Amino acid sequence: MVEQLSVFLENESGRLATMCRVLGDAHFNMHALVVADTSEYGVARIICDRPHAARRVLESSGFAVSVTRVIAVGVPDTPGGLADILERLDSAGVNVEYLYCYVRPEGAIAVDIFRVEDPDSATDALQLGGFTLVRAAEIYEPDAA
Amino acid sequence: MFQPQYEAMPAGELGELQLSRLRTVLERVYANVGHYRRSFHEAGFRPDQLTTLDDLRRVPFTVKDDLRRGYPFGMFAAPLHDIVRVHSSSGTTGQITVVGYTRGDIERWSDLMARTFVCAGATADDIVQVTYGYGLFTGGLGAHYGSERLGAMTVPISGGNTARQVQVLRDFGVTVLACTPSYALLIAETARELGVDMRSLPLRVGVFGAEPWSEAMRTQVEGALGITAIDIYGLSEVMGPGVAAECLHKTGLHIFEDHFLVEIIDPDTLEPVAEGERGEVVFTTLTKEGIPVIRYRTRDISRIIPGQCACGRTMRRMERVTGRTDDMLIIRGVNVYPSQIEQVLMGVPGVAPHYQVVLTKRRSMDQVEVHVEVGPDIRFDEIRALEGLQKTVSAAIASALAVSVKVKLVEPKSIQRSEGKAKRVVDLRSEGANQ
Repeated sequence: MVEQLSVFLENESGRLATMCRVLGDAHFNMHALVVADTSEYGVARIICDRPHAARRVLESSGFAVSVTRVIAVGVPDTPGGLADILERLDSAGVNVEYLYCYVRPEGAIAVDIFRVEDPDSATDALQLGGFTLVRAAEIYEPDAA
Repeated sequence: MFQPQYEAMPAGELGELQLSRLRTVLERVYANVGHYRRSFHEAGFRPDQLTTLDDLRRVPFTVKDDLRRGYPFGMFAAPLHDIVRVHSSSGTTGQITVVGYTRGDIERWSDLMARTFVCAGATADDIVQVTYGYGLFTGGLGAHYGSERLGAMTVPISGGNTARQVQVLRDFGVTVLACTPSYALLIAETARELGVDMRSLPLRVGVFGAEPWSEAMRTQVEGALGITAIDIYGLSEVMGPGVAAECLHKTGLHIFEDHFLVEIIDPDTLEPVAEGERGEVVFTTLTKEGIPVIRYRTRDISRIIPGQCACGRTMRRMERVTGRTDDMLIIRGVNVYPSQIEQVLMGVPGVAPHYQVVLTKRRSMDQVEVHVEVGPDIRFDEIRALEGLQKTVSAAIASALAVSVKVKLVEPKSIQRSEGKAKRVVDLRSEGANQ
């Protein structure tokens, strides 16, 4: 299971920059960042080293942060690779809230990050289906809560 | 009771005391204050014509502007030589007004604030942290003198520096906290951040006032601090804190009627409302020497709660102030008090108690935005959950108050915290802030 930071951001100029600067100044390296936005606010989802420590740093700077458990799956480099995963989840009755993709620099392998309602049963379903789950330590430096 | 001979006085005896004191104070202002001499003349009234308390209705009302016009000392009824202290109103609604106290006024005020602390269950064995601001504001020194009069150990820390407030509360073993209710919440929040468990401290009672607050907020403060929260009432124009106070039965605030004559009027017709009806609270000070006020319109909205209190005090009770005639919002024809919005927010899980109502105008229509902080319990990872929360809040406000508002979620701590009075309403309507 992979732990992702979710940060609530008001739609205010410079807010995302401030958040990145706080993380940068405290030497937290980000591996993936995606921002979901509405007209009034956004939620930044971040895969970074030592997510729990990063959460504390952001909170002490006044950000609303939560740590969310997500699933990381190595995507086969063939057409229809993602469709296979989604069909597997669908047939297991797992509802996907959102997903995003990033490419690991080492080896040019794509990793898809899934946020699902029930990560444990999703993990089981994917493992039974023969998909490769990516462990936290493979993509960032995990830490304890 | 601190002064049972007055606090539990039979109604008939109290009426006689009020009448004789009223006659004295009317004579005092008639002789010493130009404003009252003129206004009594215009109304064709002389103090010697007063034979019953109801005759007071022949006397004109006093409003805030009358006090402003007298700035700084024009409304004093005692020579400056006899004034030993001045305070001023907080000026939240305009130019400040100055109030003066004779030595006797300070004595009586101390007694009344001691009554207030005893109402809240305090004794000489308590340690009272006075977090109301000291200075021109009446809260700090008012509470201070009352706490000392009671004989409690008094900690005159004044407002501000919340981390130090928490430290002193813990290290001194403080048992009674006197401050505004919104500042009490800030203290609770700061203690949590500092890892101090307020519920395990000896703190037992909060004596909270100086701003309108709701029953839901009481529940929240009591839970967060592990205390009994008592509502107190006062205003500098009338004396300061110590005009009325809840006892531990929490069924309304006992008005100290031996010193303050209360009327509840309809703010439009200026006629008295029917017994128990809500209206504007009007006070006449019966014993003040420095700056008595006669039929002073407070703008506060309340009512007299019928019946007797189980505590044995005969002083009648007023309901907690639910709003002011001048902060009442008229939103598309519906009367709304900010405290009602707060009441609704307190009932929605995941919403922090910090909110601000922002009023703007769009094509001559009033627009209301309620800014609510995202609390730690919200699952804000999912936009769906955030949108759901916005819908829940606006639906709750719509069903409770019959007005539609736009709910805006904001980051934690982005709404200014109060160290004195919370700024709950930002009115941009007159600034041409068309959006």
